[in-house]
Amino acid sequence: MTERTAKLLKGQTGDWEIVIGMEVHAQILSQSKLFSGAATAFGASPNSQVSFIDAGMPGMLPVINKWCVEQAVRTGLGLKAQINLTSVFDRKNYFYPDLPQGYQISQYKSPIVGEGEILLDMNDGSTIPVGIERLHMEQDAGKSLHDQSPDSSFVDLNRSGVALMEIVSKPHMRSSEEAAAFLKKLRAILRYLGTCDGNMDEGSMRADVNVSVCRAGGYEKFRATGDFKHLGTRCEIKNVNSMRFVAQAVEYEARRQVDLIEEGGTIVQETRLFDSKVGETRSMRSKEDAHDYRYFPDPDLLPLVLEQSWVDGIAASLPELPDAKKTRLIAAGLSPYDASVLVAEKESADYFEAMMAAGVEAKAAANWLNNEYFGRLNKAGLAIADGPVSAAANAAIVRMVAANTISGKIAKDLLDILWSEGGDPEAIVEARGLKQVTAANPEKVEEVKAKPKLASWFVGQVMKASGGKANPGAVNAILKQKLNLPD
Amino acid sequence: MTLPSKLTDFSLAEARDAVQAKKVSSKELTTAFVKAVADARPLNAFVTETPEKALEMAVASDVRIAHGNARPLEGLPLAIKDLFCTKGVKTTAGSKILGNFVPPYESTVSQNLWDAGAVMLGKTNMDEFAMGSSNETSHFGPVFNPWRARNSNANLVPGGSSGGSAAAVAGNLCLAATGTDTGGSIRQPAAVTGTVGIKPTYGRCSRFGIVAFASSLDQAGPMTRTVRDAALLLKHMASVDPKDSTSVDIPVPDYEATLEDGVKGLRVGIPKEYRIDNMPPEIEQLWQKGIEWLKAQGAQIVDVSLPHTKYALPTYYIVAPAEASSNLARYDGVRYGHRAAGAKDIVDLYERSRAEGFGKEVQRRILIGTYVLSSGYYDAYYSRAQKLRTLILRDFTEAYKTCDVLLTPATPGPAFGVGEKTADPVEMYLNDVFTVTVNLAGLPGIAVPAGLTANGLPLGLQLIGKAFDEATLFKAARAIEIAAGFTAKPTEWWRAA
Repeated sequence: MTERTAKLLKGQTGDWEIVIGMEVHAQILSQSKLFSGAATAFGASPNSQVSFIDAGMPGMLPVINKWCVEQAVRTGLGLKAQINLTSVFDRKNYFYPDLPQGYQISQYKSPIVGEGEILLDMNDGSTIPVGIERLHMEQDAGKSLHDQSPDSSFVDLNRSGVALMEIVSKPHMRSSEEAAAFLKKLRAILRYLGTCDGNMDEGSMRADVNVSVCRAGGYEKFRATGDFKHLGTRCEIKNVNSMRFVAQAVEYEARRQVDLIEEGGTIVQETRLFDSKVGETRSMRSKEDAHDYRYFPDPDLLPLVLEQSWVDGIAASLPELPDAKKTRLIAAGLSPYDASVLVAEKESADYFEAMMAAGVEAKAAANWLNNEYFGRLNKAGLAIADGPVSAAANAAIVRMVAANTISGKIAKDLLDILWSEGGDPEAIVEARGLKQVTAANPEKVEEVKAKPKLASWFVGQVMKASGGKANPGAVNAILKQKLNLPD
Repeated sequence: MTLPSKLTDFSLAEARDAVQAKKVSSKELTTAFVKAVADARPLNAFVTETPEKALEMAVASDVRIAHGNARPLEGLPLAIKDLFCTKGVKTTAGSKILGNFVPPYESTVSQNLWDAGAVMLGKTNMDEFAMGSSNETSHFGPVFNPWRARNSNANLVPGGSSGGSAAAVAGNLCLAATGTDTGGSIRQPAAVTGTVGIKPTYGRCSRFGIVAFASSLDQAGPMTRTVRDAALLLKHMASVDPKDSTSVDIPVPDYEATLEDGVKGLRVGIPKEYRIDNMPPEIEQLWQKGIEWLKAQGAQIVDVSLPHTKYALPTYYIVAPAEASSNLARYDGVRYGHRAAGAKDIVDLYERSRAEGFGKEVQRRILIGTYVLSSGYYDAYYSRAQKLRTLILRDFTEAYKTCDVLLTPATPGPAFGVGEKTADPVEMYLNDVFTVTVNLAGLPGIAVPAGLTANGLPLGLQLIGKAFDEATLFKAARAIEIAAGFTAKPTEWWRAA
């Protein structure tokens, strides 16, 4: 149970709170489909990755892809969830041209993964636990193309049969920020696990958002009793495909519901579509129009039975996940905020760790990345993997600053050089005379420390280097401070 | 052993021995059957004849035999039920909705047969999507039973759904045929055509490439003229298949090797619940004879009870249509098969293609299946049917504590007239009363010809075995075959037709 206070929505008749649950479809990273050997590459030419099974040909039978099962279990373990050693595939029956079999194979009553939990990392450094209801495996449908011909629709079955995990949260989120944070954290966990590439642009991760509103206090009653009557009627918003859209959709939908109720209307349970162009949701179909899917166990597939030892083997091979990494980085000296920012993306965490492995102190590395390097990447619109400067090079810069070989100012200049020209940072510093004066003359430093009067030699060097523009008094004062000389 | 004078009178095993011994070439044998098939068109047993393919395969077989590379079924001409997908050969499932569908793949069972050297004569007619007990629901018209009642010219049904295969075997149009059995579709037609048919244990034969009717019940099996032939053919149909998750990895024994081991000491259970109301005396007497035959050969007769038998038929008519309603959803006119012309939108296309493409019986079962799976009815029908299935299987498990096989009638009567039972679907469904239980329990069952009615029509007995114990079924069936001495053959009236 969380101690956080709900973000309240002001209405004409009082305060409301928002309750949000999410259903996320995550495509399993796999070479082949859930029940066939066909390939799954994104962007292939239409109908080039379709087996007879995916096309629903007569007499074809599904055969479960063990790799996909392993990824689902891996994900379940990453969500600290219960792994069900026996699960069942069901048929969800409905007619649609991009559903060649006339049914989708899914898991309805007995999913492979049961209850788990995710910790949301909020911007203020706090964490919020959100329950996971279940995770189940299912096959994706194909794609109908209605804009290719004036009088026909076309169907691309490349996606037909691709393995998906549907991850369902409990209704434990209470603001648009939390909903976006849920998607962000789930995506990070999937990417750390390597079970989904989390690529929302290519549709490898799609979110359906369930939104309801209730009077202030209703949610706490729901959490205390588990009774859904304390919550409002929910609307499901389909296919919200970015963190930003999730936040927008929640904001719009909650306000719509409050306004409707306050005007004397009632919320009907329905499926709504988010239109990202105008930032609004609109009705797709009501509960009455909902299909009767006639679920029943797929007789072509035996119940999926897992060995505990196999699950244990997967558990033993799990990588370090964001929460554990964050804890470790905090212990290494990072602030909770810096740690959260770094672990949020697997790439930034890996990059950071590569710098630490190159002998850089954690705090200095984090500051450098968060203040300098990641900012430049953002400005240039580059992903970490596409950035021009290696972790080793950035580590060298931070190391030289820490050793007083170069100043902070020179470090930034050096990064500019590396960014545009590349090269070895130490060699560049040497070749272009970027070393701090003290760093260039270590033997003189020792002499000055023994005989402080000799400091004037350094003042002279600085005056020379600055072309006589430096203030000798100021240079003297800085020198004394830097070299720890008595006044 | 003396061989029959006509090649088409050979049993599968006789033909095998003759071909392997180079007494007969595959080409001679195949040519004789190709002609028999063509001569028997009045029976309507075949949907597609493949004479060129058959002769091509036969010639290739003769080359292998000449080179000493003969495989176990080398050069033996078979008929394939049109539910098995055959690469490059039209496959219809007896339905209009598949149109001119030509599969680009081969079913595992038929592939196993070709790999063993067999020759394909063609694809046999059948009830549409294997839904029927008389072969009258086929889009390609009814099949006529080679048998006619004494002093009658009335056409009789060959049973169903593997009616074309049964007629082809009974009429000596092939050495043997494949069938499939979801509720009795091998055993019932075998019984009413005086042939042998075995539905193996569920999982024994791969379902890959067989057009699905009810996936949890469908099973392929051989239809032959002798028990030995069934043992031989099943050996080469069965296999574990990575492409069918429900196929089972249990070695397939050499059934022929133990065929003549006899029934001495075999415990034969007689289930009292199979003594149904209004059972014709001829069936009752035949059953009694079967008991005496086995007893006379040293078997021990045991009375057993299968208390949930009366629920089998209703359970079957929930489970099978439920699965069928889902399995047949793929025939939507979108990717292959029949598509209605001039549809105004996608729903119209679905509705009209399916209304035009499916026959009445198939539509009836899709409706029943859709209904029993609907929300609000699922628990009352489908869930309860599944529970009953468990109880039915438990009945058998209990019975097998005191016996090794069960002996029952195969059908409630002999072949009936064409059109005689089409008006009342329930009366038609009752033909499967002795056979459906076996499918629900996933067990093997074999029908063996055991005698003729007073009118001269064949009747069969059924033996039901333990899971994956087909070997014992063949032994017991062989014992009945020996005792029954069933040598009657239909007159080849169709040659004059």
